[in-house]
Amino acid sequence: MADLVNLTIDGKAVAVPKGTLIVDAAKTIQNDIPVFCYHPKLKPVGMCRMCLVEIGTPKMDPATRQVVKDDKGVVVIAWQPKLNTACTTPVSEGMAVRTQTTVVSDAREDVLEFLLTSHPLDCPICDKGGECPLQNLTLEHGPGNSRFEYENKQHNAKHVPLGDLIYLDRERCIQCSRCIRFQDDIADDHVLQFHERGRHMEIITLSEPGFDSYFSGNTSDICPVGALTTADFRFKARPWELGSSPSVCNHCAVGCNTTLNTRLDTKTGINEIKRVMPRQNEQVNEIWLCDKGRFVHHYTRAGDRLQKPLIRQNGQLVETTWERALDLVSSKLLGASSVAAVIGDRIANEDAHLLTKLVNSNAKGETRLSPALPASYADLARDYGVGVGFDMKQLGKGDVIVVVNGDVEEQAPVWFLRLRQAVVDRGAKLIVSNHRGTKLHRYAAHIARYEQGMAAQWAAQTDDAALSTEELTKARNVLFVFGDEKLDAVSARGLAQILVGKLVAAGQIGKPNSGLLPLYPHGNTQGVFDIVAGTRHSGNPGVLSVDVAWLVGVGDTSDAPKARFSVVSELFMTALASVADVVLPALSFAEREGTYTSGDRRVQRFYRALPAVGQAKPDWWAVQEVARRMGFVWNFASPAQIFTDLAANVSYYSGLGYEVLAKTESQWPPVGRDDLYYGGTGYENDGGIGVRYASNPSVISAPTLPKMITSMSDLKGPARKLYQTGELIKRSDVMQTHIE
Amino acid sequence: MEKHILLRDLDVPNIRDLAVYSQHEGYAAWKKAVTGMKPDEVITVVKDSGLRGRGGAGFPAGVKWSFIPKDVFPKYVTVNCDESEPGTFKDHHLIRHNPHQVIEGTALCAYAIGANVAYIYCRGEFREPAYELQKAIDDAYAAGLLGKNLFGSNYSLDIYVHLGAGAYICGEESALLESLEGKIGQPRLKPPFPAVSGLYSKPTVINNVETLANVPPIVLNGSAWYKQWGTEKSPGVKLFSVCGHVKNPGNYELPLGKYSIQELLEMAGGSMTGRPIKAVLPAGSSSPIIPASNFHAKLDYEAMAAIGSVLGSCSWIFMDDSVDMVWAARKMIRFFKHESCGKCTPCREGTHWALSVYDKLLSGKGTIEDVNLIGEVNKQIIGKCFCPLGEFATSSMTFTLKHFKQDYVDFIDQKKGGSDVYLKELARDHHLHELHSGVVSVNGIKVH
Ligand SMILES: Cc1cc2nc3c(=O)[nH]c(=O)nc-3n(C[C@H](O)[C@H](O)[C@H](O)COP(=O)(O)O)c2cc1C
Ligand code: SF4
Ligand code: SF4
Ligand code: SF4
Ligand code: FES
Repeated sequence: MADLVNLTIDGKAVAVPKGTLIVDAAKTIQNDIPVFCYHPKLKPVGMCRMCLVEIGTPKMDPATRQVVKDDKGVVVIAWQPKLNTACTTPVSEGMAVRTQTTVVSDAREDVLEFLLTSHPLDCPICDKGGECPLQNLTLEHGPGNSRFEYENKQHNAKHVPLGDLIYLDRERCIQCSRCIRFQDDIADDHVLQFHERGRHMEIITLSEPGFDSYFSGNTSDICPVGALTTADFRFKARPWELGSSPSVCNHCAVGCNTTLNTRLDTKTGINEIKRVMPRQNEQVNEIWLCDKGRFVHHYTRAGDRLQKPLIRQNGQLVETTWERALDLVSSKLLGASSVAAVIGDRIANEDAHLLTKLVNSNAKGETRLSPALPASYADLARDYGVGVGFDMKQLGKGDVIVVVNGDVEEQAPVWFLRLRQAVVDRGAKLIVSNHRGTKLHRYAAHIARYEQGMAAQWAAQTDDAALSTEELTKARNVLFVFGDEKLDAVSARGLAQILVGKLVAAGQIGKPNSGLLPLYPHGNTQGVFDIVAGTRHSGNPGVLSVDVAWLVGVGDTSDAPKARFSVVSELFMTALASVADVVLPALSFAEREGTYTSGDRRVQRFYRALPAVGQAKPDWWAVQEVARRMGFVWNFASPAQIFTDLAANVSYYSGLGYEVLAKTESQWPPVGRDDLYYGGTGYENDGGIGVRYASNPSVISAPTLPKMITSMSDLKGPARKLYQTGELIKRSDVMQTHIE
Repeated sequence: MEKHILLRDLDVPNIRDLAVYSQHEGYAAWKKAVTGMKPDEVITVVKDSGLRGRGGAGFPAGVKWSFIPKDVFPKYVTVNCDESEPGTFKDHHLIRHNPHQVIEGTALCAYAIGANVAYIYCRGEFREPAYELQKAIDDAYAAGLLGKNLFGSNYSLDIYVHLGAGAYICGEESALLESLEGKIGQPRLKPPFPAVSGLYSKPTVINNVETLANVPPIVLNGSAWYKQWGTEKSPGVKLFSVCGHVKNPGNYELPLGKYSIQELLEMAGGSMTGRPIKAVLPAGSSSPIIPASNFHAKLDYEAMAAIGSVLGSCSWIFMDDSVDMVWAARKMIRFFKHESCGKCTPCREGTHWALSVYDKLLSGKGTIEDVNLIGEVNKQIIGKCFCPLGEFATSSMTFTLKHFKQDYVDFIDQKKGGSDVYLKELARDHHLHELHSGVVSVNGIKVH
């Protein structure tokens, strides 16, 4: 590469891209320069002074302007008289850095001793204890004891609620400003600030309600001390007692990679999720999560989880054994004239596949995605979606991002962070078109508006120059991010069709970073659709009427079929479950393994983190047991085997399998290793970064103009907000005040 | 000197009034520049005059102006009237008694670099002087000297006065810009320097009040005229704020390099108490203290450097031999602890720690180990701070320990700590501290 810069660090040669900071250059050769305020995802500030190193540059002869060499021909280095911060100094050609000299190690010790003079040292009761950068660096570089007199310690408030999700311990704060900078530079919610000066400087929140941001939990991960703790995790467990399992968030189409930290609760005696942490996937969520993904896990151990199968007797649902329930379901299915399966879009691919397989054995079997609306356009999102090599981080100058009818912060929060950076930091052009305001409007180069429900009409008729074929053809890439808010199936499909038409006309099809990106409602909308789509499925609106219906994980959908006999597999006694003939207790994502397919078609594995609740079983198990009773010879021992069968049947997934999906690769910046002070307490990816399957653009039919919406009653549903109420969020105490 | 160049109020009564100022060549340079000089010509004459910044660092003003890119708009001039160094009161004098010369200098700088807006940033405590300055600016507007299309040209200039909130660090140029932008007053990472990315990320010149007050006479009379005073490397005249144990404290305008410290002391009437002068701080609390044995040094940038000190902001605090340097150093450390912006660890924590050790000495509980500890804490700060304030803070310790170590030894040996005076001082300081921090003490237990 042309713009590599060569330097030496402790005599070792390194070549890194121009503009790299010394601290990162050192990291590439495993030279861990300690930092507190620096964070590889944030702009450097040089505040804490922990990263001081010796820096030298080739000595220049002022007269000849040539590099001076000694008699052996070696370039003479002019060392700077003072130490300098590795986190703010970019590398330069021929630079020399020393990180292991006595002056440097003295400086580290000095800065640590300073930091500790005002630190309460309450590690034994600190949530960060055990994974604390300050603790770890003190062990490694700090003084053995302090000469500061303990009585002179300044005491500050220790339980300051910044909002109801994040608490600040003012004594522990080392004033590194990482939290402020995350909020300013990444989340763009400017709700934190320093107040006062000197030793009185403290973090305050400026918003009302406090710390008003969907991303607040991330500050607790990157805070280098235990100053910011979440209301959810504080005083709940010590980090080293926690089990950790790789998982995937299923609340939206992003598919953030997570690590579930679990532990036996001493009071209740049950094993539960203590916290949800980000698991690094630079292709998906980097090292961030939104607060929904972080805090809505409590439903997994809610007291009202279904524990036993139920069947209807004399009009009442009564507890029964799995044997009896499965026998009943299989006998009903055997005799059924028509069958429908409705599969919720948080159900794992494996379960969806097995149920679809079973239902399709019935001559009139039908499967349906729930909610039904996305099925009207998910084939287009799949076939004209972003390319296999899509990388949001590459979007920047020359690219056009068009967000139509979507509120990315509310509907795919982490995509909001990443798209915003593409626009604000890397110069992509953003066009936003919506019937209402969204946070992305702030960065839009161009804004268009239409009446509620009229997104497709707008897209079909717009003569906006910014969206002309000419403009879109000129763009390096064109990404259409779109949603279905306030649309019916015809309009939603119409919108997707028109967008595809624009991609085709602009010659943007087939590029990795061009295509559609759908704002699906949940984490496996695409996956369930992919599975049901190849079969007899009904993407059409209208209520199905069947003999037997099996509803899996649909919550209280309004799309439930009319059935003479209905089976509901659920976590909770939903309204639909309460009128079912059989209710089967299911396992949540945390209690089993499986895969989800994200909105950008990345198939990702999640793993079992918790034991089962009561007698609840994974849905695939119940389906297989029913199938066996109906005479099928199925012997799937695990989701992995089911996935193999899925890959053999659903062409898009061919070639995929659990082993490929579990593959990881080294990611930059390195996060989650021993050097927690560098990237924070997020986890390294040990569960697989997932694989995006290839889109398959075929010839598209000419866009048809959708029917015009004429009356308000045609408008479907409310505006989709992140914290809108639902079965899952309502079971998290910490989220109560946020539910809309 | 026969006539003052800066302290013209001493020669011309009421020169603070626009009418009087105008009668004495006021705004003549301004008119000359806008109607007859190219901006670059203004820069050249200032460059040739060798005028160096009077805010402390002594950087050549004309050179600084020439760094401003020509093709970026808008650009700004920011006048540093934060004057917070203890013992400095020269800028205060200028804006009160000769405000139009400051305004004219500001205007000339703006014209030279092509700025149409200038801000005069006054320390928060300059409430009344700032109002007076504003009044002078209003008069200048009324007289057509500021505003749109000046002297019939297409050049326009607006000048605004801005009051800070009273922080020493806001005298540091990048913290000043942050404060001016409405943010918390903390210095910025450099580079980029203000000439490239200053106020609102636009090219900005920041100059001290006194620096700019020199500009009108230079533009009017030429660089050669100005260079008749001072030395080759330190041309021109300089204001010396003199205070402490002298008979006649006040501002003195002297050519650079002509007089010695001793002569300055004599000009100020010598010791007020009759006791021998022990030492002087040449630039307030941030400067290396100079023992009387070095009073032969001449008053210019180079000569001061040669004796291991600085000319800096030129605030001369003379101290007679009654001053205990342990007490004096504590006072200065307390100042810096109070003024540390808190951005970086060594300054924020180091000054706090150092003060706690000094307090221990004053309270009478200190030992010689504590004296050594001060030295070590001091060394721990040096060279590690984000901005010069933290480094300034160390001079009080470094140089009292260097030149007056005996004061420390005597302080311990003769058990000077714990005296009534010191205990009262400590009590008052801590009470003040509590008032500042909002911490209230109930039965000796601090609560918020
Ligand atoms: C901590 C600190 C405080 C300062 N305070 C002042 C001040 O009060 N007034 C001032 O003019 N310059 C002050 N300076 C210097 C300014 O940063 C800057 O160098 C100066 O305003 C430039 O103007 P000049 O070139 O005309 O001197 C201070 C610098 C530091 C580091
Ligand atoms: S709360 Fe944490 S992240 Fe924020 S400034 Fe303090 S130490 Fe840094
Ligand atoms: S952005 Fe979506 S996938 Fe990520 S944590 Fe939030 S809800 Fe979950
Ligand atoms: S040295 Fe550091 S703490 Fe002190 S004023 Fe400068 S930036 Fe602030
Ligand atoms: S100053 Fe470099 S890590 Fe904080």
